[in-house]
Amino acid sequence: MSILIYAESAEGKFRKVAFELASYAKKVAESIGTTVTAITINTEDVSELSKYGVDKVLKITNEKLSSFSAKAYADVIKQAAQKEGTKLVILSSTTDSIYLAPLVAVSLEAGLASNVVELPISTSPFQVKRNAFSNKAFNITEISSEVKIIGLAKNSYGIFENISNLSVEDFNPSIGESDFGIKVEKVEKVSGKVSIADADIVVSGGRGLKGPEHWGMIEELAQVLGAATACSKPVSDLDWRPHSEHVGQTGKPVAANLYIAVGISGAIQHIAGINSSKVKVVINTDPEAPFFKVADYGVVGDAFEVVPQLIEKLKVFKAQH
Amino acid sequence: MKILVCISHVPDTTSKINFTNGDSQFDTNGVQFVINPNDEYGLTRAIWFQEQQGATITVINVGNAETEPTLRKALAIGANDAIRVNANPTDSFFVAKQIAEVAKNGSYDIIIAGKESLDYNGGMVPGMIAGILGYNFLNSCTDLLVDGSNVKAIREIDGGRETISTTLPIIIGGQKGLVEEKDLRIPNMRGIMTARTKTLTVVEPIDASINTKAVKFEKPAPKSAVKLVAADNLDELINLLHNEAKVI
Repeated sequence: MSILIYAESAEGKFRKVAFELASYAKKVAESIGTTVTAITINTEDVSELSKYGVDKVLKITNEKLSSFSAKAYADVIKQAAQKEGTKLVILSSTTDSIYLAPLVAVSLEAGLASNVVELPISTSPFQVKRNAFSNKAFNITEISSEVKIIGLAKNSYGIFENISNLSVEDFNPSIGESDFGIKVEKVEKVSGKVSIADADIVVSGGRGLKGPEHWGMIEELAQVLGAATACSKPVSDLDWRPHSEHVGQTGKPVAANLYIAVGISGAIQHIAGINSSKVKVVINTDPEAPFFKVADYGVVGDAFEVVPQLIEKLKVFKAQH
Repeated sequence: MKILVCISHVPDTTSKINFTNGDSQFDTNGVQFVINPNDEYGLTRAIWFQEQQGATITVINVGNAETEPTLRKALAIGANDAIRVNANPTDSFFVAKQIAEVAKNGSYDIIIAGKESLDYNGGMVPGMIAGILGYNFLNSCTDLLVDGSNVKAIREIDGGRETISTTLPIIIGGQKGLVEEKDLRIPNMRGIMTARTKTLTVVEPIDASINTKAVKFEKPAPKSAVKLVAADNLDELINLLHNEAKVI
């Protein structure tokens, strides 16, 4: 009956989303009088989960699962759910979890609601609030199947400490050849840079920067803040920046704590993609730019003057804090 | 090579989003509908296979009659024929079940769907079709190449990309990268004329369980006005971000 979560890790260490997921699941578990069981896959030290309320870990260590396979991982989650008699599975919204969630849903005959942004509105009937229309609206979805799955939107709940007494059980699900129809040949990760998905702060540049040669200051601002860099759609269409940096409705979604838009006017499609970010700052020469309508803080000014100054001042600030 | 491309009929990305009927329904009044952008990248990639490797393309939509202009547009862009499953697409599993049924009967080599639609943002239909059919499945797919029955493809991952190999049949959740923005096609007059005579088959839905339903919609609360900071007073911006917003 326990609530089941999949606590993701990268290179053997938990990703931050795992702790947000645990915090959220614990709160739901408390409200319905049950416990939280987490699945971990090839995570060395799982004890950290006890800080965020996880009661039990099903610890999986298996060389075959060393690179991600949606089908195999979904199969593992299904077997864990059946073993625990789980009625509620809670997953994160990383690229991997979004990939495997529908496979788990089909195998458990479970209704799935993705992009959930807060605690369930009610647990009987089971209703959750989720992002829809690319952050332009919310939608209350009712899940009626016996087993339910929800996908928690990134950075929508937060991380809360809640010390628990954690038990750890080694779990050996059966994994067959058929789970590996997709073979990973090569993984390329930009090293030494924060990814947009994992970043707390994102610094983003638009066409106002006039050309790719001016991105040095965006990179530097990001570096000072420990932020990821991103760009608007026109910038990626013009090939000034790689497509992997394109954020917005047809690009990557951003749900950061702080989003800084430099020289981005704020087309409706761009705003839709970044609007889940908690605090938005805009730096733009045009006070009429639509971005000012959605931003929390704004600077009307020339990015080429404002950004270098901001970098210097932030360096001083960072040295003191 | 037979390709099935799933087409969602969604509001244009510039649409104002409003609700009607006690906030229980999307208000379509004055809204322009388009091919879901993630599906359009997939469709355009399918056209590439048609031109380079002689593929035939069927487009499919689960929806009511008002989605037919969107299917006709896909035909005008170059799809060979179209299927509309005559049902209101309220639940992802229901939709996936309909498409899987058509796919099974048509023995397609590749099924392309957008990784998510820009209306409900569920992001689960391609995965569910794969789960139902047991086909190989790649989500967030940004490149797809087929040689005989061998597939090489790229998946976007958090902070990078992954190259994979697999075999047909495959289903992908597609996105930008499958083709670039500049490769998207605007139907020309000849395409629009021939689309009128291409086959659009309407089939009735099969029974499938409905596990979720949207009971209500809400619009975000109006935002308070932006706080402006003078360009020569950036210490104040840092102060606000640190002490008020507490984000640095």
